[in-house]
Amino acid sequence: MSIGQSFRGLRARSRKLALAAAGAGLLLGSTAHAETLRFAFQGTLNALDPYSLNETFTLGMLGNVYEGLTKRDKDLKIVPGLAESWEVVDPLTWRFNLRKGVKFANGNDFTADDVIFSAERVRAETSDLKTRIPADSQWTKIDDHTVEVKLTSPNPILHYEWDTWYIFDKEWAEAEGAVSPVSARDTNPGPAAFKANGTGPFVIDSHEPGVKTIFKPNESWWGEPEHNLTEVVFTPIAADGTRVAALLAGDVDLVDPVPVQDIPRVNSDPNTEALTGPELRVIHLGFNQFRDELPTSDIKGKNPFRDVNVRKAIYQAIDMEAIKERVMRGLSTPVPLLIANELFSGSGEFKRLPYDPDAAKQLLADAGYADGFSVGMDCPNDRYVNDEAICQAVVSMLARIGVTVNLNAQPKAQYFAKVLAPGGYDTDFYLLGWTPGSFDSWNVITNLVGCRDETGKGGPFNLGGYCSEEVDALAAKIVGEIDPEKRDALIKEAYTIMTNEVSHIPLHQQSLVWGKRKNIDIVQRPDNQVLFYWATVN
Amino acid sequence: MIAFAIRRFMQALGVMLVVALISFLMFRFVGDPVNQLVGVDTSPAEREALRQALGLNDPVMIQFSRFIVKAVQMDFGISYQFKQPVAALIASRLPATLELSFVSALFALAVGVPMGVYTGLYRNTLLARGFLAISLIGVSLPTFLIGILLIFVVSVHLGWLPSFGRGETVNLGGVWTTGLLTKSGLLSLILPAITLGLFQMTLIMRLVRGEMLEVLRTDYIKFARARGLSRRAVNFGHALKNTLVPVITITGLQLGSIIAFAIITETVFQWPGMGLLFLQAVQNVDIPIMAAYLLLIAFLFVTINFIVDLLYVAVDPRIRLGEARR
Repeated sequence: MSIGQSFRGLRARSRKLALAAAGAGLLLGSTAHAETLRFAFQGTLNALDPYSLNETFTLGMLGNVYEGLTKRDKDLKIVPGLAESWEVVDPLTWRFNLRKGVKFANGNDFTADDVIFSAERVRAETSDLKTRIPADSQWTKIDDHTVEVKLTSPNPILHYEWDTWYIFDKEWAEAEGAVSPVSARDTNPGPAAFKANGTGPFVIDSHEPGVKTIFKPNESWWGEPEHNLTEVVFTPIAADGTRVAALLAGDVDLVDPVPVQDIPRVNSDPNTEALTGPELRVIHLGFNQFRDELPTSDIKGKNPFRDVNVRKAIYQAIDMEAIKERVMRGLSTPVPLLIANELFSGSGEFKRLPYDPDAAKQLLADAGYADGFSVGMDCPNDRYVNDEAICQAVVSMLARIGVTVNLNAQPKAQYFAKVLAPGGYDTDFYLLGWTPGSFDSWNVITNLVGCRDETGKGGPFNLGGYCSEEVDALAAKIVGEIDPEKRDALIKEAYTIMTNEVSHIPLHQQSLVWGKRKNIDIVQRPDNQVLFYWATVN
Repeated sequence: MIAFAIRRFMQALGVMLVVALISFLMFRFVGDPVNQLVGVDTSPAEREALRQALGLNDPVMIQFSRFIVKAVQMDFGISYQFKQPVAALIASRLPATLELSFVSALFALAVGVPMGVYTGLYRNTLLARGFLAISLIGVSLPTFLIGILLIFVVSVHLGWLPSFGRGETVNLGGVWTTGLLTKSGLLSLILPAITLGLFQMTLIMRLVRGEMLEVLRTDYIKFARARGLSRRAVNFGHALKNTLVPVITITGLQLGSIIAFAIITETVFQWPGMGLLFLQAVQNVDIPIMAAYLLLIAFLFVTINFIVDLLYVAVDPRIRLGEARR
């Protein structure tokens, strides 16, 4: 904060305090150290119930207020959270030792009862986070600070997503009528939609959905604060230009995201800089391999995408380096798999197929499409970084090998309505991004690659309906394999099949681009959670 | 007169119904709200159950009649994204939009009228030509561009005024939040109000100028001058007074469109009013908010036109007579 600004802030604050007829001298003394972080994001923070919406931004913001049994550190490694330690007693039994002396923001003690209650609540009908724990697991309280979980099948990644499964205070939830999660279909949402009571390092001081949310440090937090903030003011700013202008004008300290074309502008200002890093989301292209004939293609009676040579040809026709340089302005990491490099230990052993338009033409000719063919493509235009521009680049690259692509780029609301299950998977060629919630390959393989039927049973986000029985069999083995090395070997086997058969075309990991005032230090984790407890104002 | 009013009222109701129906038909093309309500991991079966629970699988006409029956009771349902009653949400955003709109209209009048008088009186001076050039910009540049330019120059470059938002607000009795009582609120209001009011200002300026030129040629002005009245009395007491009737009419009518077109200004400045709420609702397919907002705007226009119609009848007996003769 520059001197001028802190003065302005001081004046405004002291005036308000004088109105409150409080001891001005005393209060001036305390506000002199006030460190406010003003943060703007493109989307809004809506309901505060952490089981209502399984979405990164909401869960990340609530992660400042609530805590899970586990946490993830600055490098996404799983570390103890509200559970001090845990042990796998046998493959079907896990035991968690809870942290002692932890209090919720309202002063209630954190005990095993709260964990059991939260385990019930997160599995309730109206929860959007049901996948956090197996529906048939049995939770028992051993004593006030020990919980035992009985599983019906081995699950080595049981606790992988628990950093965003936040623990509720049983008494508070019961008193506030928030026993079951607020859901989209609620006509009379409970108070948990707008109130929060967690064990985390911050509390929510006020919340106006879509306008402003104010966080204050939780004075009774059990941990040692790594931040020096006294207040966080969150405002949504939807328009890209306004968000960047607000940062440049000094009206906010941190913005997410900065459009890639504005990075030079932000970096050229002496007070601001862009903070970039790879995001875990992988953008990929998929082919309709489900239907016998592509409705949008001029090839009738057969589906060209069922031929692996055609899929390979399209893969090799796409110049990823050009997309990286021209479309993404250097801010992307081309990947060989459908999972981010950071999230699979064996990803280094895979390589992208080389860009080779001549080989691509040959492959097309071998498949019997020497003259090419036409196909429609679906693409969102407001979901991923430069999504429409990527699709346009793909269209022009494929034109060079004789494949005519008719692009249909739409806002995400219309796009997803068309290409997902409720729209009947109505797409022949599409662009989609995916981040595995558990940060684990099994999530990718089952959701994006698993064989599915018309309604999406199997691999719900396998929009093109690719199907390999071998991969499905491997997925079934992966889920129960406890030994990490054997498990990774199985995963690698599955990825090898997917790569050889070109099930999809992995494109790249897009980059996170935050903009910040230079006096702010904050940790940017690849999962794009904005965590104030690692922020300092200098 | 009463028969006329009742007939007009019925027509207004008809217009509202048609607006509601058309907007409802459009909602079929804005996308699937369920995608915005759940995370990516949610299974298709659960999504389908949610669609069923929200009544999205019913035929449009059934959804429409359900909406109308509830709307008559002032119940617009629950916002999908905010999980709050839509009526309360709109009520909480209404003050921001109304304050912005009224300040913009005031700005347009307070600046537009004097500029119009000046350019009418001193047609050939450099300043008058300058005003006309500015008015050309106001008429031809789109609102969002003016907004971004103002932000860039005044906020980013000069650092004089806040670039976004409403500043600190004061809650009056729990029903109205105002930004007019705090310094940051007033400072935040300046740029959006200029952006929103610029078009109206140029409109008023050109209207006043045209009317002034017209009136100054009339006989009674010449007589007033011949009587030896001061220039000020002639220009403002006689000429301006007679130009104001159409100006007031236009301003009143334009108020509706200021409120409706605040959408763009509110988006550029992240002004937390109804327009921003509506635009966010469109992006997130929040049908209850969209439906209620469109109906409210329709209501606004219908009401203003209704009042204007009645005033015309009161003012001009010819309309009344014409109706009676038919």
